[in-house]
Amino acid sequence: MRRLRLPKVLLSILAIVIAIVWAFPVYWMVSSSFIPTAILQSFIPTFFPVNGTLSNFTGAVADGSFFSALGMSVAVTLTVVVFCLLFAFLAAVAISRFRFRGRRSFLIAVLIVQMLPAEGLFIAQYKMVASVHLLDSVIGVSVIYIAAVVPFTIWMLRGFVAGVPADLEEAAMVDGLSRFGAFMRITFPLLAPGLVASGVYAFLQAWNEFTVALVLLPSEAAQTLPLWLRGFVQASATRETDWGQVMAASTLVAVPVIIFFLIVQGRLTSGLVSGAVKG
Amino acid sequence: MSIATTRRRGIRAPHVLILPAIVILVLGMGYPMIWQVVTSFQKYGLQQQFGKPAPFVWFDNYVKLATDPQLWLVVGKSLAFCLITAAVTLAIGTLLALLMSAVTKTARLVLQIALLLAWSMPVVSAMTVWIWLFDRRRGAINYLLDMIPGVDMNRFDWLSTPLTFLLVASIIVVWMSVPFVAFSIYAGLTQVSDEVMEAAQLDGANGWQRFWGIILPMIRPVVSIVLLLQLIWDLRVFTQIKLLQDAGSKSGDYDLLGTYIYKLGTSAQDFGMASAVSILVLGITIALSWFYIRSLLKEDAA
Repeated sequence: MRRLRLPKVLLSILAIVIAIVWAFPVYWMVSSSFIPTAILQSFIPTFFPVNGTLSNFTGAVADGSFFSALGMSVAVTLTVVVFCLLFAFLAAVAISRFRFRGRRSFLIAVLIVQMLPAEGLFIAQYKMVASVHLLDSVIGVSVIYIAAVVPFTIWMLRGFVAGVPADLEEAAMVDGLSRFGAFMRITFPLLAPGLVASGVYAFLQAWNEFTVALVLLPSEAAQTLPLWLRGFVQASATRETDWGQVMAASTLVAVPVIIFFLIVQGRLTSGLVSGAVKG
Repeated sequence: MSIATTRRRGIRAPHVLILPAIVILVLGMGYPMIWQVVTSFQKYGLQQQFGKPAPFVWFDNYVKLATDPQLWLVVGKSLAFCLITAAVTLAIGTLLALLMSAVTKTARLVLQIALLLAWSMPVVSAMTVWIWLFDRRRGAINYLLDMIPGVDMNRFDWLSTPLTFLLVASIIVVWMSVPFVAFSIYAGLTQVSDEVMEAAQLDGANGWQRFWGIILPMIRPVVSIVLLLQLIWDLRVFTQIKLLQDAGSKSGDYDLLGTYIYKLGTSAQDFGMASAVSILVLGITIALSWFYIRSLLKEDAA
């Protein structure tokens, strides 16, 4: 009856059409960022970059606020990645190599914290950070980010640590290495892919985060890139929006992320299902 | 793991190892959470911002919320937004996953790259592009729709009524979320063995029967987890709504729970009420997540 199995070719064409539709906004952003403002000002959209120019990019970074936001984003992101990996690694070793009192409670706490949305906590986080005078500082926002990202990284690394057979360590210890030495020489190198994947995950979260940054970094001088982009769009909207520059700004924020994301996507997909993330 | 059971003396080591994680979690999440619970029982308005002690009013904030029709409207809209967006995301994601497993290798790769591009866009960048695409005067979407004969979308303002505003928000959220769903379900589909499918086909099961009888039961764990996550994420959607409000109207008619709490905290400076609404959101989230957390713990025990 409904056994009318569409030929593979037709379905493949459909898949490619869907691909084009889905990628269109990304293409649109990058393509428009190279189109001169004068052409974009017409009411007819320009679907292909003509007379390509870099003036949108130079215009977007002209007042220097981009670089200050970039500096802030790099500082926050590095802090989050380093501490997150360190704390998560230690905790992952504890829960996958040891059975101890409180292990289950710790796991439950980690999983619950992972599900708590920043959108439900930002009032309290604002109040807390303000009370210790750390608004607009790298430390204030980083503490919140690390706490938000560490649960998922623990969960992700737990799988990697458990995947390294303990027998291997024991064999090295029999051969005369200390427990610590065995861990550093045998287990640690095998964990490298897991650390890279978790590190990139932490990078993506810290680099893209908007809600907490909006609340904890109120002053313009302390903006991270997402906040800078929002400010740039708003400033542009007070005149006739210069979409070319806005798209260039948007591209500048997006490109590092897209590159890093493509590197680790395989691991992230499997990791996401087996130990979810904040969106 | 065999080490663990044989080394009873190392009972102290794991506690030291988890200590940094616990400290940061208590600091960044635990303390704010407790502060919020306490504050939701207090009157914490503008005067308290300037140092006046906050009196305990116990359930006053919650009673006020329960009797506030405005809040119920926001809750209703948020739930509707969340259910519809999650359902549409799941449906499209599943269809794309099935499509991926039915097409040629090249077509699959092209589709996967396109989805990855959408997935990897930072949310603020993505919003900026979409706001332009939906722009009243120079947006590509109005332009393309206007080309369809008989459709007049010239200068149609998508962000000017709450319904089309939320429709735009929903489209954007679906666009961003579908890749994760499609990849997860596709990963699940690759686990369905070819032999079983062939056997079913030989026994005369049609495509529809094979989907409901074999594929769906086998990918059910993935589907339920993905659906749950989508529900949780779509319930607390904030960035998308906030940025759309930047471009369109900031009025209360365009609020969902996230922006509603934000406004209570920032414009109204009523932290007591904002905390109470936050507790409501957290409560719904934890209730929804419980099933998911249980399944993860089972996986850990295995």
